[in-house]
Amino acid sequence: MGGFEFFPAIAEIFLAIVSIILVLVAAFGGEDAKASALMRKLAVASLVVTGLLVVSYGNTPSFAFGNLFMTSPFMVYMKLLVLFGATIILLMSRGHVARDNINRPEFPLLILLSVLGMMVLISSNDLMVLYMGIELQSLPLYVIAAMRRDSVRSSEAGLKYFLLGALSSGLLLYGASLIYGFTGSTNYGEIASSLSQGVSNGAVIGIVFLISGMAFKISAAPFHMWTPDVYEGSPTIVTAFFAVVPKLAAMTLFLRVSYGMLGSASDSWQQVVVAIAMASMIIGALGAIMQTDLKRLMAYSSIAHMGYALVGMASAQAEGISAVMVYMAIYIVSSIGIFALILTLSREGTAVTKINDLAGYSRTHPLYAACMLIFLFSMAGIPPLGGFFGKWFVFSAAVNAGLVPLAVFGVLSSVIGAFYYIRIIKVMYVDDVSDALDQPDRRTNGLIILSMAVITALMVFVLSSLREGIMGTLPYIAFIAG
Amino acid sequence: MGTITLFHYLAVAAVLFTLGAVGIFLNRKNVITILMCIELMLLAVNINLVAFSTHLGDLSGQIFAMFILTVAAAEAAIGLAILVVYFRNRGSIAVEDINVMKG
Repeated sequence: MGGFEFFPAIAEIFLAIVSIILVLVAAFGGEDAKASALMRKLAVASLVVTGLLVVSYGNTPSFAFGNLFMTSPFMVYMKLLVLFGATIILLMSRGHVARDNINRPEFPLLILLSVLGMMVLISSNDLMVLYMGIELQSLPLYVIAAMRRDSVRSSEAGLKYFLLGALSSGLLLYGASLIYGFTGSTNYGEIASSLSQGVSNGAVIGIVFLISGMAFKISAAPFHMWTPDVYEGSPTIVTAFFAVVPKLAAMTLFLRVSYGMLGSASDSWQQVVVAIAMASMIIGALGAIMQTDLKRLMAYSSIAHMGYALVGMASAQAEGISAVMVYMAIYIVSSIGIFALILTLSREGTAVTKINDLAGYSRTHPLYAACMLIFLFSMAGIPPLGGFFGKWFVFSAAVNAGLVPLAVFGVLSSVIGAFYYIRIIKVMYVDDVSDALDQPDRRTNGLIILSMAVITALMVFVLSSLREGIMGTLPYIAFIAG
Repeated sequence: MGTITLFHYLAVAAVLFTLGAVGIFLNRKNVITILMCIELMLLAVNINLVAFSTHLGDLSGQIFAMFILTVAAAEAAIGLAILVVYFRNRGSIAVEDINVMKG
């Protein structure tokens, strides 16, 4: 066991202290819009400082708190994506929190606490830390889903999210307890070395429960039931956060647990991941077809995208992991763009989220419609946009690992999935304007939409160097010392 | 009669866990019952951990159980708070009434 080194966790410690200070600021700063704006600025600033700390001190692989916690270049990459997503969402929230009636100082604070949980989750090297990280991430999320206290839909979303989230924590914990019992340790490294000497039946049951719990958190089918309701009911800015940031953290955990802790037992989880990936892709593709609400459609779209990412993971090879990491980066960029655009949709000051509200959007808002076109084509996987290469990487990883049926199935469901993305484009470009939407007045969102569209469109030029950089971090996923 | 072994503890925990999980899905009456089912699942996990901890002669299982107890309390507090907000808006906490959104 290592000593009580805490320096590798300096970024998390900083964020924790800042969050506690900000609780006091929120408590004494009042409830008005000015206090909320101050909180948002402070939260953005502390996320940026945390990002700098992560970059400066996280790159050397090292352990903290007696091997409970670790940091490595892989984790730095994932933490930076999480911090990037959270910062952009906080910047986007300017103006929209007031419209959704959630303009209170708690909102940025809860996002900070949730991000802290995600960073702990990403860095976990022990089942106990995994559990603490997951709960620290989830508890603020339940609250911000129900943040709009006067709306039935928002509180119902919060309630559903809470109930199913708590159920998934229960599954995950039961798995963790069995793994602990049958391997004799809660430390990833010691579990891995115990599993490499043989996997008992009890441990296999534990692994399946643990994977089910994690599948809940990334909303992969058949554990996706909460996603559409929570996405639809929550305030849009909260939905945007849900669609981007917790997915990243949970996917990182999934990668780390399956390749790191369970790397020597890949036979016992590969089948499960293949099944979950297939179910997610097809349910995501078919479920979205009938939807009329953009947020609900994005929920099914995110289920499908988690399925594609899991295809890469199911390959159980280095190529697959790097494919998943590239896929997630592309996914969050397009998602942020789409949600930034959904946030700007309003008619006479009231937010609208129906697909039909976009009728004739290309005539009234040509620039935004073009950006939306780029995002949707990327999500559908049309070359030369980012999403195509993401899908290409995960499917080729699956083929190289001998999972040809899975890759074929994935391609077929992405063809079905393309239907509903293209339907939105048809509504925007072909249908007649019924009742024009407001011209957005917030420049922040316009800037975010444009920059995300440019990144999505030009991703093809940086993909090979991104992938090379990611390849360099791969050895550290399985880097688990006992 | 035989002594109580690890197997017995695991069996009790498995039965409790299954009762909790099944209760969440079969219960059609009240959300409070679902909260109780969730607690039941977490306590089953605690039994597992403590039994394994004694069996292995390793303390970390018991420490894990303490963490779970603490976090479960926080989780229940948040859950009940959300439930109160929901009741204020909807006037009911019957499971069959949680149906504003469907699809």
